[in-house]
Amino acid sequence: MSDHAPALDTFTGLDSRKLAIWTFIGSECMFFATLISNYLVNKGRSLVGPFAHEAWTDPVTGKVMEPIIEIPLVTVGTALLLFSSLFVVLALYGAQKGNRRMLLGWLGATLLCGIFFVGMQVYEFTHFVHKGLTLQRNMFGASFFVLTGFHGTHVTIGVIWLATMFYLALRRKLPPERSLNLEMAALYWHFVDVVWIVIFPVVYLIR
Amino acid sequence: MTAHAPAQEPAHDHPTPGTYAKIGLVLFVLTALEVGLYEFTFGERAGPLGHQIEPFFIPLLLLLSAVKFALVGMYYMHLKNDSKLFSGVFVFPLLIAAIVILALIALQAYHWAFARSG
Repeated sequence: MSDHAPALDTFTGLDSRKLAIWTFIGSECMFFATLISNYLVNKGRSLVGPFAHEAWTDPVTGKVMEPIIEIPLVTVGTALLLFSSLFVVLALYGAQKGNRRMLLGWLGATLLCGIFFVGMQVYEFTHFVHKGLTLQRNMFGASFFVLTGFHGTHVTIGVIWLATMFYLALRRKLPPERSLNLEMAALYWHFVDVVWIVIFPVVYLIR
Repeated sequence: MTAHAPAQEPAHDHPTPGTYAKIGLVLFVLTALEVGLYEFTFGERAGPLGHQIEPFFIPLLLLLSAVKFALVGMYYMHLKNDSKLFSGVFVFPLLIAAIVILALIALQAYHWAFARSG
């Protein structure tokens, strides 16, 4: 939003679209709160492995298996998502100032980070399934896949939304006076980032 | 204000790209601190210092997470400079969300501590 915002003839004096996206984000907070609660109350209640942080013995083969969580991989994904938040806010700055090169460059970088994050999550899920962790296996698997799966879905939707903005910018259909379109997508993207800021320590670091 | 009163969004002084980059650096450092804390407490580098940190591990992680959350909200989502109404429609559900999480944890803790054993 520029310092010279146009006069808005609304009850609040604010753009209704922006108020709508904030209200949506507020409702999403409660949605993710239920999923995080579900994960927390079922933490440590799994009767069979694989477990997040503890080694376990496979009852069929008798082999001792490693804990399933891999911190380095997820740390890279977390860093990418954090950087993508920086990149999208720089893209928005470019859009508001009419700097097309800045808009396209940073928006492209945001998209790449988002795609890498989704790729990381697909790899992680596949890896976990190969190690025997599924939705049905134990309480950890059920609550983990539901929580991170819904987050991953949100990231995917965000990538599609930002890709649409990138396409519009490429076709010169995102001038400064229409930068609110990108601002709404950016707000959604930041929300996806702040949810991960909570999920990362709760799921991956706290034992 | 009536529904037809001409109104204007308040002028906002949004941060500059330099400020955004500094916030990005702080977020990166805080994430590195979170992972470092984990490594020194439970990872391969865990030692006597890790045992001393362990009781404070969860509060420290939650604190770092809260600081990152606040930084993204205030600077990247522009809540620091935007209308207070936006902060309201975000923070109020956030408080409800926190209450829901705490209430469910308390309910489960009660169930496992007392109700389950009859």
